[in-house]
Amino acid sequence: MPEPKITLKEVEHVARLSRLELSDAEKERMRSQLDAILTYIDKLRQLNTDNVEPTSHAIPMVNVMREDAVRPCFPTEEMLANAPEREGDFVRVPRIIEE
Amino acid sequence: MPTIGELAARYRSGEATPTRVVEAHLRRIEALDPKVHAFVTVTRESALAQADAADKRFRAGTPVGSLDGVPLAIKDVICTKGVRTTCSSKILENFVPPYDATVMTRLTAAGAIMLGKTNMDEFAMGSSTENSAFFPTRNPWDLARVPGGSSGGSAAAVAADFAAGALGSDTGGSIRQPAAFCGTVGLKPTYGRVSRYGLVAFASSLDQIGPFARDVRGVALLLQAIAGHDPLDSTSTDVPVPNYLAALGQGIQGLRVGIPSEYFIEGMDPEVEKAVWDAIEVLKRLGAKTEKVSLPHTDYALAAYYLIAPAEASSNLARYDGVKYGYRAPGSKDLIHMYGRTRAEGFGQEVKRRIMLGTYALSAGYYEAYYGKAQRVRTLVRRDFQQAFERVDVLVCPTAPNVAFKLGEKEDPLQMYLCDVFTIPVNLAGLPGLSMPGGFTPGGLPIGLQLIGKPFDEATLLSAAYAYEQATPWGSRTPALT
Repeated sequence: MPEPKITLKEVEHVARLSRLELSDAEKERMRSQLDAILTYIDKLRQLNTDNVEPTSHAIPMVNVMREDAVRPCFPTEEMLANAPEREGDFVRVPRIIEE
Repeated sequence: MPTIGELAARYRSGEATPTRVVEAHLRRIEALDPKVHAFVTVTRESALAQADAADKRFRAGTPVGSLDGVPLAIKDVICTKGVRTTCSSKILENFVPPYDATVMTRLTAAGAIMLGKTNMDEFAMGSSTENSAFFPTRNPWDLARVPGGSSGGSAAAVAADFAAGALGSDTGGSIRQPAAFCGTVGLKPTYGRVSRYGLVAFASSLDQIGPFARDVRGVALLLQAIAGHDPLDSTSTDVPVPNYLAALGQGIQGLRVGIPSEYFIEGMDPEVEKAVWDAIEVLKRLGAKTEKVSLPHTDYALAAYYLIAPAEASSNLARYDGVKYGYRAPGSKDLIHMYGRTRAEGFGQEVKRRIMLGTYALSAGYYEAYYGKAQRVRTLVRRDFQQAFERVDVLVCPTAPNVAFKLGEKEDPLQMYLCDVFTIPVNLAGLPGLSMPGGFTPGGLPIGLQLIGKPFDEATLLSAAYAYEQATPWGSRTPALT
């Protein structure tokens, strides 16, 4: 058996970073699927890219600026219409700070 | 049902009215969409109201443009003011955008009428529309088969004659591959050609909105309406938009057509390969000069894409946290717990897999080996195309290695990813690509022919596609859907 590309411990770490609660069965399935995908992706190592610049965007671009002027924005009511829970003009969330 | 080009003429002559045409489409959706499942939402009332307004404009002799009264289907990844926009995800099941995407503003100004929002792979991640959180869409040519994806609902809606045209989005082939599977024309414009404002982001450096129609003229008319610079999208480019319709009749005498040898691979369907070679013969007969070209890094594009796209997706999808909008898991004791459960319950398996893969590729210790490496390979893929386009005007190749497969046939994620092997390099290079019917299998399934162009040269793609379409019988075939 070749060395696994990704371990169960790494899956748990990445799930934590991703804010995804995974069941034990999901973790194992995820590990084996990611392992297969990463094994496939390993073919990139065959290419020498030492003197190759990275491309982040295919079409060359420069920063786009606009005047920093006050403009109308969406009304509070419209912005809160999609909130799962609200209280007055605020979005309500579970407790953040320990008592 | 009439094509987009035919509708304008019939409305002007009074032979048809927008209301009667919209009613006919709505009746067809009502009768047959229970079999195809192309739509997530049908906007019957607003469509009829828009049609009534269009009727009045035609009666007064003041239509607003070539799309006035044209009924369209819109992929449910494009924000529509006051109309639920789900991305076929549980996490956005009840999300109602407070604004229109720029493409919707432009289509509405051109008089187009939205019939509804179409089904897709959740967050545009997939190649079969089986990853919808609601239901899979079926291929109008064979209901046991997938329509392709991720814009499967839009492609199926056009193929089934539910709408005269549609919008989709294409990050790695999500317009072209379903267009191929459903026997319609589909165009992914150059990155930056069409505003992405109001397109729910998947992979921002690759995503692009584009049109579907039953013929090349329809695609040209839709592109004309949506193309152009938009100050609301800083990645949209300020390059003049030519008259695409005028390009159609130009013919292809002397057009230099490249045939990339890497797009004819072992394991591809021999019927697809034969259809593409036949199409190349047709192009030669029409006056094109063909030559073989090489895109040597093609074989690495898929691997690079499956690092770049998930990396961007993992960042873009961080916004779905159950706070400001979308689904929230009930009864969480604290915020961190709420995030983890909301995202676990709200996202489907493929979306979770890509978030995990992308987060892994960007995480400390792996960034340069995976994400950095993929970006360098992206440069090599781009250079391949640049070199080829020094010698030729367009490339011709298959859209996908196979025709539409059966639902449930590709359960392994990697096998599904391989469906996009001929479309992904185009996104990495930011180029325009078009898929059109290039033949049928003996069993009657459509085969997709792909044309790839230089940046911002959609006009040449459309003119070559139009010449081929006029010379072949494929576009006139329709599925026997009853």
